[in-house]
Amino acid sequence: MTILRTVVDGRSPEYAGNREALLARLAELDAEQAKALAGGGAKYAERHHKRGKLLVRERIELLVDQDSPFLELSPLAAWGTDYPVGASVVTGIGVVEGVECVIVANDPTVRGGASNPWTLRKTFRANDIALQNRLPLIGLVESGGADLPSQSEIFIPGGRAFRDLTRLSAAGVPTISTVFGNATAGGAYVPGMSDYVVMIEERSKVFLGGPPLVKMATGEESDDESLGGARMHGTTSGLADFVAEDEVDAIRLTRRVVARLNRRKLGPAPKPVEPPLYDEDGLLGLVPTDLRVPFDPREVIARIVDGSRFDEFKPDYGTSLVTGWADLHGYPIGVLANARGVLFSAEAQKATQFIQLANASDTPLLFLQNTTGYMVGAQYEQGGIIKHGAMMINAVANSRVPHLTVVMGASYGAGNYGMCGRAYDPRFLFTWPNAKSAVMGPKQLAGVLSIVARQAAAAKGQDYDEEHDAAMRQMVEGQIEQQSLAAFLSGRLYDDGVIDPRDTRTVLGLCLSAIHSGPIKGAEGYGVFRM
Amino acid sequence: MIRKLLIANRGEIARRVIRTCREVGVSPVAVFSDPDEHAPHVREADAAVRLPGDAPSGTYLRGDALVAAALAAGADAVHPGYGFLSENASFARAVQAAGLTWVGPDPEVIDAMGSKVAAKKRMAAAGVPVLPEFDPESAREFPLLVKASAGGGGRGMRVVRSAAELAGQVAAARREAESAFGDGTVFCEPLLEHARHVEVQVLADAHGTVWALGERECSIQRRHQKIIEETPSPAVTPQARARLFDAATKAAEAIGYVGAGTVEFLFTDDGSFHFLEVNTRLQVEHPVTEEVFGVDLVAWQLAIAEGARLHGEPPTPNGHAIEARLYAEDPAHDWRPASGTVHRFAVPDGVRVDSGVEDGTEVGVHYDPMLAKVIAWAPTRHAAIRKLAAALERTELHGLVTNRDLLVRTLRHPEFGAGNTHTGFLDEHALTTPPDADVRPAALAAALALAERRRGSLPLASLPLGWRNLPSQPQKTVFEHGGDTVEVDYRHTRAGVETSLDLTVVAASPTEVTVERGGVRTTFPVAVYGDRVEVGAVSLKLRPRFPEPAAKVAEGATVAPMPGTVVRVAVEPGQRVEPRAELFVLEAMKMEHRVPSAAGGTVVEVLVQAGQQVDAGDVLAVVAEDPLAGSSEGAAV
Repeated sequence: MTILRTVVDGRSPEYAGNREALLARLAELDAEQAKALAGGGAKYAERHHKRGKLLVRERIELLVDQDSPFLELSPLAAWGTDYPVGASVVTGIGVVEGVECVIVANDPTVRGGASNPWTLRKTFRANDIALQNRLPLIGLVESGGADLPSQSEIFIPGGRAFRDLTRLSAAGVPTISTVFGNATAGGAYVPGMSDYVVMIEERSKVFLGGPPLVKMATGEESDDESLGGARMHGTTSGLADFVAEDEVDAIRLTRRVVARLNRRKLGPAPKPVEPPLYDEDGLLGLVPTDLRVPFDPREVIARIVDGSRFDEFKPDYGTSLVTGWADLHGYPIGVLANARGVLFSAEAQKATQFIQLANASDTPLLFLQNTTGYMVGAQYEQGGIIKHGAMMINAVANSRVPHLTVVMGASYGAGNYGMCGRAYDPRFLFTWPNAKSAVMGPKQLAGVLSIVARQAAAAKGQDYDEEHDAAMRQMVEGQIEQQSLAAFLSGRLYDDGVIDPRDTRTVLGLCLSAIHSGPIKGAEGYGVFRM
Repeated sequence: MIRKLLIANRGEIARRVIRTCREVGVSPVAVFSDPDEHAPHVREADAAVRLPGDAPSGTYLRGDALVAAALAAGADAVHPGYGFLSENASFARAVQAAGLTWVGPDPEVIDAMGSKVAAKKRMAAAGVPVLPEFDPESAREFPLLVKASAGGGGRGMRVVRSAAELAGQVAAARREAESAFGDGTVFCEPLLEHARHVEVQVLADAHGTVWALGERECSIQRRHQKIIEETPSPAVTPQARARLFDAATKAAEAIGYVGAGTVEFLFTDDGSFHFLEVNTRLQVEHPVTEEVFGVDLVAWQLAIAEGARLHGEPPTPNGHAIEARLYAEDPAHDWRPASGTVHRFAVPDGVRVDSGVEDGTEVGVHYDPMLAKVIAWAPTRHAAIRKLAAALERTELHGLVTNRDLLVRTLRHPEFGAGNTHTGFLDEHALTTPPDADVRPAALAAALALAERRRGSLPLASLPLGWRNLPSQPQKTVFEHGGDTVEVDYRHTRAGVETSLDLTVVAASPTEVTVERGGVRTTFPVAVYGDRVEVGAVSLKLRPRFPEPAAKVAEGATVAPMPGTVVRVAVEPGQRVEPRAELFVLEAMKMEHRVPSAAGGTVVEVLVQAGQQVDAGDVLAVVAEDPLAGSSEGAAV
């Protein structure tokens, strides 16, 4: 059967309980995202407005085509660190004059838009997305430069910011900088390295050294305007290609630049689109609150693919992993989804074949993760689980079609690798708010530590302190649990954002459309498959 | 027998005459000026002759060219329509001299009635009641009305309320009359402010029979231009009607009238009336008479021109008919004429439509801005009014500012319903200013339909519109409505459209948006033409998200409010002016429009000269604001 049929009972108490739990997670997510949205807070926002300036998200809203979708990336960056949630920069994929672009915009209300180590990581991730998917990069620049107390973590790696810009340009991906305020010292190289530069009359200031530094260095008396004003750069230095009257005019000019880039997509166009047969709301009731309870990923697939149509591959072999073909917003994809957490040899071999098939037909892959890892135990080790797992990881690592990964639930152990975790460079990776990721589950990890400690004590002939053991287990469990949570992982840029499960289809469709800005081409070779 | 008829006119009346030609089997020949090359009347005729040029003086007012056109096309008769040369005796003579049949009264009669001054004398002699007349230079009784002796259609007509204005208004009236009719003679009459305009349709054959085919009440006027006409008049009693018919018949007989004509009276509610003028042609409002009497007046004109007799008794009237004239003009802004493209014109079934335009017609600046006439018939006056108001309200009329809402408001006014109409009706009831209607629901509908239309230009049209994973603000769309700015906000969410307006959006498509308010659903049809968005009867202009910097007008700049010709420049650089002081006079659509200064201060620059053609929005002059008036420095030029 191509068309998936749902067997979920929307009126069952389990469904209601699951839904309620997930809604609670979503409410927590909203609260964390609200921090990013608030930027520097009401006081700084008001001060910014009073200066006749637009807030960072107002700039972005005006830059993107009216009514177009905008996917903000890494909104929880720096969550759980000493820096503000959002990392004083907004990044995302937006449509400008009909062209999907990556937008990187400083939030000047957060500590003057100064870059901290997380700002860098978030910006670099956006640069990667621009390069991998051939999306023009638009910088809305207004930054006080580096956050000086953390300069040791910024200065050396920060050079990549400029390297990325010129490598994008070299790769044929246009870069545009629109300077709303300060872009000084190192920051001056952001416009300096861009293909196009828009500055704003009496607003933009772009210089290597300001008047005090110049005075110190050479004794020369100077002022902001002569060193780096928009008019000077527009008429004298030539660093500004366009000088705008005001912020709105600068955004207009930026849009005109994009309109004249003559971008066309290199990937195939989507087919006609059909919505799924089942409501996205059902995704909230599917996922059990206890991650140890597996759920049928076909219920998820039925709610995210076109017409709920799914041609399953090897449905009766290696049934703990579901594989098959579908369309999502008109784009063909191959889907790999964990059905019962554990990956056995059969699942690993099935995945290896399926990934090769997708590469043979230039079909992007979607990984729906809910895995506790590869099976352990004597029987499985003897059955070759290591070499089968290695085959799967080989296939994933060397696959050249675009990968998309969604962590729906558990993502533990090498399962995270085989199912295209962050280290395997999926083009995009998103997490549901209930998801958890770690080398193993907190209980298991604490239990392993306990067993090892007990064995060590026994070897030394010492008594084992059970009370201490219980306390240790509890502490470790708590710490691992905390570090497995979606917000924690998202804060460290281990995903591109935590999403509402109901938005999965939209987010993936938007990403697939962006991905198709570049060519879609499968791998021509893999590492040696150990047989 | 007329076989081929040249129609020396354009627009609505040319099409009206063509329709009768088709009924009776006469072949119609059209004429057209350059801007009218693609006009409907040209396409509908069997043949058409070009009148090179655009202004009326070089085209539809060129008698020699029209006669030559008739001869070239092999026509054997000429119908003049109304306006242009319809009451020009020398043209009638030229037609006859060329051996062609003139569809109208004898040139001598036209001459006799063409001078209003002479006509009044003649009528007084025949026993028809007339108003006294004052000398334009020395009149002392106010208010009075300055009228062009050769006038009609409100042109060259001015109200004067005090001796101080007299000289200026007389001069203006003379200029306008000279420009419109080639004759600057004016005269003055007392202004009867609450009088009704009542006229009698007469039909006279060449054999001495005169029929009075009912009266028409044409009291609803703007700037002395009729806009709503009906028959019978609610004010005319059977007794008064008999006296009116008697006076009209006497008037026609006194001058030996032949053909279809109209005797106009000023009628006061005590039943007394005074002769105004005889219109020696078909009237714009003739359809109401046709609807009530079941006659085709154009067919009668042709038959009488062929020598036919009026047999027996006049037909008997049945029911009530009312006509409204749709004009491309803005009642809220001093009746400023509008020009542009009629993107859509569709009147619901059940009423008669005599139209000069259709979908796609260009309305230019050279001719009268009347677009069409809509006529409703019903057994009673109330029923006819209701029907006409509803038809106008539901008419799709896209692309131009029109007087449609004013017409609907007037028809639905209780005093109009009660029959208490007079020539000052619109001013008395302040109908020219639109009521403060809440257009925001319509604007929201426009914004949502526009959003649906934008889908196609997005890289992936199937994604939800305006989707955000971290929503920070709604989408905003700004429109202009009348002179006001209307801003609406909306956000597409999983649960539907969120908006700060107190309503729920039920459905939205590129052409239709349904909203619910207080449990009541309303569907707005939305049509989009460039930056114009028509939502039912609400016309909106989309404000661009990004104003072009060049489009920003310098502070203190005075711009042309409409396309036209500069006829007078009243200031020069360096001169000090008060706010709202008259800087220029523009002529458009044969009307003079004064252009006031946008600011008070010193004139820095005058960018146009008399005779120059300007477009709406062109900067005419820049005035540096007075330091005293607030601003601390001169406005930028």
